[in-house]
Order: sequence, then C-alpha cells, then structure tokens
Amino acid sequence: MTEADPHYLSPAEHEVVAAACERLIPPVGDHPGGQTLGCADYVDTLLGAFTVDPPRIWAGGPVSGRAGGEARFADFLGLSRVEELAWRTRIEGSRGIPEREFNGPVTGWQAEYRDGLVALGADFAALSPAEQDARLDAVPAFKDLLYRHACEGAYADPEYGGNRDRAGWRAIRFPGDVQPRGYTDEEVTGRA
Amino acid sequence: MTDVDAVIVGSGPAGATTAAVLTEAGWSVTILEKGRNHLLDLEPPHGPLGHVSNDELKHLFRHFLGPDPLIEPRTYRRREADGERIFTGSVNNLPSTVGGGGFHADGKLPRFREVDFHARSELGPIDGADVVDWPFGYDELEPYYAEAERVVGVAGDHTANPFAAWRSGPYPMPPGPDMFCAVLTSRAASELGFHPYRAPTGVNSVEYDGRPACNNCGFCGFFGCPIEAKGDPVAPLRQALRSGRCEVRPESYVTEVVLDATGDRARGVRYLDAAGIEHEVSARHVILAAGAFETPRLLLASELGNPDVVGRYLMYHFQTYVLGVFPFSLHGHRGRSVTHLMDDPIVPDAAARDAAREAGLPYFRGGIVEHGAGAHPILEAVHLPAGEAHTRLMLESPMRERLAAFTMQGEDLPQATNRVDLDPHVKDVWGRPAGRVTFLPHRHEAACAAHWAPRLEEVMRGAGAESTFWITSPPLEDARGGVQRDPTPISRHVMGTARMGTDPRTSVCDPWHRLHDVENVLVADSSVFPTSAGYGPTLTIVALAIRAARELAGLTPLRSSPPAAP
Ligand SMILES: Cc1cc2nc3c(=O)[nH]c(=O)nc-3n(C[C@H](O)[C@H](O)[C@H](O)COP(=O)(O)OP(=O)(O)OC[C@H]3O[C@@H](n4cnc5c(N)ncnc54)[C@H](O)[C@@H]3O)c2cc1C
Ligand code: SF4
Repeated sequence: MTEADPHYLSPAEHEVVAAACERLIPPVGDHPGGQTLGCADYVDTLLGAFTVDPPRIWAGGPVSGRAGGEARFADFLGLSRVEELAWRTRIEGSRGIPEREFNGPVTGWQAEYRDGLVALGADFAALSPAEQDARLDAVPAFKDLLYRHACEGAYADPEYGGNRDRAGWRAIRFPGDVQPRGYTDEEVTGRA
Repeated sequence: MTDVDAVIVGSGPAGATTAAVLTEAGWSVTILEKGRNHLLDLEPPHGPLGHVSNDELKHLFRHFLGPDPLIEPRTYRRREADGERIFTGSVNNLPSTVGGGGFHADGKLPRFREVDFHARSELGPIDGADVVDWPFGYDELEPYYAEAERVVGVAGDHTANPFAAWRSGPYPMPPGPDMFCAVLTSRAASELGFHPYRAPTGVNSVEYDGRPACNNCGFCGFFGCPIEAKGDPVAPLRQALRSGRCEVRPESYVTEVVLDATGDRARGVRYLDAAGIEHEVSARHVILAAGAFETPRLLLASELGNPDVVGRYLMYHFQTYVLGVFPFSLHGHRGRSVTHLMDDPIVPDAAARDAAREAGLPYFRGGIVEHGAGAHPILEAVHLPAGEAHTRLMLESPMRERLAAFTMQGEDLPQATNRVDLDPHVKDVWGRPAGRVTFLPHRHEAACAAHWAPRLEEVMRGAGAESTFWITSPPLEDARGGVQRDPTPISRHVMGTARMGTDPRTSVCDPWHRLHDVENVLVADSSVFPTSAGYGPTLTIVALAIRAARELAGLTPLRSSPPAAP
C-alpha cells in the first residue's frame, strides 16, 4: 500500500507515525530508517486490515515468487468466524459488543493509536529529534506498541505493507523467504 | 449402532498415529480437531494446501497455526498462594490446528534410554517429587520406536550416540547436512569430552514416502514445511485418510465426553462446529489425543478420571539456554534449526555426581543439549532497544547472524502440586473455563541447570564465541520465589497430566492408556507419561500411541530383539 491508498490513518496521522518510526528505527549507514522502510504503510495496512476481503492478516503461500515459483503471498488467506472475532477485537477493540467481551473489555490497537497519536501531537513531524524522543518517552506503552509494529514493518514480508522494496532485508543481508529454492548442503555446512 | 468405531479428539502426532493404526485394522474413525486445516487437502488425493510459507510474521507473531490467546486464553500461577492467577494469555501453547504441534515442530526425534522407564527403582526416591517407574520398560517399547521412526520418516545415524539405548536396526534415512554453527560447537564439545551426534530428525534427507528431501530453507522450528519434508504428522494422517475409513472434521471443538446410562462407559463426545452449533458423535471408543494440556482439561470438564490425580504431575522440560556471540556470521537461517544433540547431561559424569551431592540431591537428571543458532529478523528486532542502538545492532546482528545457542531440555521431576485445572473465571471463546497451570520447578531442575550451564559456556568459548551468557525458563529467580514479568515456562514439551500406572488409586490410566474408571476411553498423548526424561517427547508419544492402538484393535503386539553382536 502507498500513502495514496490509505486504509485507516489520515495523511496527517500517517506522517506522525512515519516520523515516529524514523526515531524508533533511525537510519545508520546503509540501513534506511523506519520512514523510508514504509513502517507507517505497514501500520496503516494492519489497522485497516478489515477494509479489504480477505483481511490483511495472513499472507498466502506456499511461495512469494522471489525465489522462484508462482507468486502467492499476495493472495491473503481467509479467517474463520472465531479468528475474525479475535482479530477484530485486537484491532478495533471490543466496543461493548458482548461476544467480544467474554473476558471483559479489550482496548483495540486503533484506539491505542488514536490516543497515542494525539499524545505525540499533530506537530510531531516538525519537531527536533530530541523533542520527538521526549514525546515518545512520555507515552511508554504506546512507544512499545509502535516499536513492535515498526520492527514488523521493517522486516516482515513486503506483502504486509512495509519493508519497502525489501530494503529492510537488504540492509541486514537477510535473504527473506527462499522456497522453493532453499539452500544447498554446502551453503548450510560451509563457512561462507 | 454407533456412528464410528472410534472418535479421536485431536489431530496432532498422537491422534494422527492412532487413526493410522485403527484404520489399518479396518476401523472407522472420526477425528475432531478444534483448529483449522492448513495441513492437507481433506479430499483425495490429500495433497498439500500450500498455506504455510517462509513467513516469519504470520507464524511467529500472528498466531497463524493458533491458538490465539484472544480465542483460547490460558492462565498461569506458580503456586496457590499467588491467588487465582498471575498471568493470562499464551501459556506453553502448542498449535491448535490440523496436525497439532507436529506441524510446526522442527522434529528432533530421539528415543528415551532404558533407565528412563525405571528411574525410581534404579536411582531411588527424591524428596519433594513423585518419581515413579513406567509400567513397562524400553525393551517392550523398542519395536514401536522402530515403527514410529518408519512411519514418520526419521533421518539419523544409529552409530553416532554412544549413550543411546539399544536399537533393532538403523534409521530409515541417513542424516541431513550439518549446520555450520553446529560443526563449530560440536567440534569444540568433542574436544572437551562431550559426545555430540547428528540429531535424529523427522525431516527427509532423501525422498521418502512420496515426500521430497528437505531443501534447508531455514524456516523450520515454529513453521510448517512448505514442501512437506517433515513427516510428523502429515504422514500418518494422510495414511489414515487414504484408507477411506477416516474423516477429519476441523473447527470441531470437543466440549465433553458423554457417558451412557450406566455411567461406566462412554457413549461418544459432544462438540461445537465452526458456527458454534452443538453435535454429538457416538463411538465404541473415545480416544483423547488433545495434548497433555487439553486432555486433562477435557477430563476435568467431563468429570472423568481419578479425581485425585487428573491434571496433576504436569511436567515440562526445564530449559537452560547457553548463548554464545561469535565474531563472524554463523548463518543460522540456513538449514533445519537444529542438526546436533548431545546426551552428556543425561548420563552424569563424576563432576555432575559431585555437584548433585553438594546440592543435597541424590542425582542430577539433565537433558539433551540442542545445538542451534539465531535465525529470524523480527524476533531479533523486537528484543533490541528502540533508537540508534536498534539499527546499529541489527547491522552487527549479535542475536541472529552471530548467535549460537545450546538448549538443554532438563528433566522435570513430577510433583503433585504442578497441575492443570480449570480457571474459576477466565473463559475461552466458546464460554468454557480456560485451562490454568499451577507450576513451580523442583529444586533439582535449578541446581542441575546451574551445574551444566557454565560447562556449556566453556564449550561455546571453545567453539570461538567472544562472549557467552545463560538464562533459563522458567527463570531461576522464579524457582527461588521471585516475580518475573512473564514467568510462564517456555517449554513446548508438556507431559504427565493423566499418568499411567497399575494402581488405580495413584494413576489415571492403565498401562494400555485406558482410564481406570471408564474402560472405553483411552488417552493417546503424553498425558500418560509417568516421568518426563530429558528428551523431546514426540517420538515416544508416537511409539506409545502405536502400541496402545494396536492393542485396542486386537492387532498382534510388535516384538524385536537387539541385532546379533558382529
Ligand atoms: C516449535 C516447536 C518445536 C518442537 N520441537 C520438538 C522436537 O524437536 N522434538 C519433540 O519431541 N517435540 C517437539 N515439540 C513438541 C511437539 O510438538 C509435541 O510434543 C507434540 O506435538 C505433541 O503431540 P500431541 O499429539 O500429543 O499433541 P498436540 O500436537 O498438541 O495435538 C493436540 C491437538 O488436539 C487439538 N485439541 C485439543 N483440545 C481439543 C478439543 N477440545 N477438541 C478438539 N481438538 C482439540 C489441538 O488443537 C491439537 O491440534 C515442538 C513443539 C514446538 C511448538
Ligand atoms: S528446513 Fe527443511 S524441513 Fe524445515 S521447513 Fe525448510 S524444507 Fe521443510
């Protein structure tokens, strides 16, 4: 997904998420920062997973085409009734819906982002890095959530919206998915 | 007339194996599995579905093979004094999916040793634990181990492990390729007097049973195999389906074993389908293969089995991780997660015996040491601090590219206070009480870990690690009573919660896995283990399931003898 094709975040929110991810995963050497890696697109795809059908929760298989074979990761898999219930609860929150509250109310990621982004401030992207860090440190629980999602967005399969052009993998020299090619016995056993 | 000869609850290694044996004997079988089916086409010719993939996010972070803690939460406390629970969420979850835990395990499949079946009579009692003998010995189980290795397809070298129990023959396949990290660590281990060997794995090293050889993709432990190079449990399940006498019903959550009017026999089971609608399947025999966590939960919900024992004697393996950071890349992302093991902590030397004595214990029973390495980037990333350090450490990659890991699966002693019961308040999505764990390791496990960890660190340094450290799960501080953020044991080896024995007062199942109180209910999984031994449980689960199912179906018992001395 691109900024032109948003699922959940407004353009202004997208900008704040991107700037925050750039602080959580700042560029070093050849390793791009979270903004360039598309972490905000990843978050947007996740928070808006149910705006498309099948939802963007589980990419398909068995192979992506990157190491040969027919590209199938982009054909997302469907969810069962209870799986959809769980993922909607996780993302949207339980919102007083009885079947989502069998163990009590659950705050969803959408609400955590909404509140977290308000706390970071609409001016966040324009602040100095030190000021940005201070605002992130002031909301530790949201910072943890955003960091976890930034990590996923940086290094998950690109089909999930982040890891743009596989730049996350390339930076850390991770080959990503390798089926159906795999590795030769020499590549497994040898030093190189 | 019943609907089927046997209804089996759970499609993991235990349930799939039982189905294969019973259908071979001509029985009709229905398998009810609460999870979804991503394993194989339920229509002939039962090929792969292509749902699993080299996708770290889906398998490690998004509960793809289940269970999702928002659907099936479990709870945990260390002891009753903790109150109702100290944690709610994922507690030693094995997948909730057609194929169970076998589907995503990387499948190190060693056998137990002779002494493991009679530790009590050979080694004596130990304070605070209920170590008991198994009701039969290794010699009786040997032919079933051989059959299990044939059915699953195990690759290994039968001459490699000097501590191995006797075998009637070699493995069906030669071992697969050694991982680079294990080449280094096993060489160093040998130099320090340890006895590393190529791990027997349920992964094809050559084409076997119509499935291809492993191509070393590296997304192995915690991932399903996209090319079906792992045989457990797709091989027995496909065999059962191809008989035409087995039906697998996914998304079928069994809520209760139902007794007949006499109350002495089971009539069948009740379950909820994907839409939440209740059904009943009647059967001559009910087989519980829901895993050692869910089987006692179901027994408790059904008020079945010796109430003084059901759910008790829960055992994991006490895991000691000895980690070494190397100055160069180990590329642990290539290959089958673990290619080498060693049994030395299971067969104590003089130093280990002295250390046990000093700790005031009659013996140490450690566990296999798995030689592994780091592999996946999101897992590495989420363990790093945010900010500049994140990116710098991702580039230097001490936790993925340069990390070697020993995992010791320490034997966990059986204690009556360690148990699975029903949580008084937390429920699953179907409104049933969640399973609750009460668990605190025995002093033995902590002392044993503290002895072996520094010795294994020395091996790591010998292999070239520039720094080493070790941690345990559950954490040692926890064993000593401290509080941790997530104190739940990480081990995915779960055993003992419906132990078998000859005395109905002290066990739940008889030596053929039948409930003492309801003879046509049989427990096929590791719930029946009287002790945990220091080996992965799965090959023993499969061997026991074959033995019990053959007896149930009236097939002739398997026999074997050691090969004649050359
Ligand atoms: C990453 C990983 C690696 C592992 N590696 C190894 C290894 O190297 N060596 C080893 O020996 N072991 C290993 N294990 C452990 C191994 O997976 C288990 O020992 C094995 O799966 C247990 O088999 P089982 O059939 O008893 O239970 P399970 O595999 O847990 O299967 C039980 C099935 O029953 C279903 N079920 C439960 N309750 C119900 C119900 N009420 N109604 C319907 N269905 C129900 C479950 O959904 C599940 O599918 C590993 C596990 C993991 C997670
Ligand atoms: S390493 Fe081999 S067995 Fe494991 S998932 Fe990859 S191909 Fe399958």
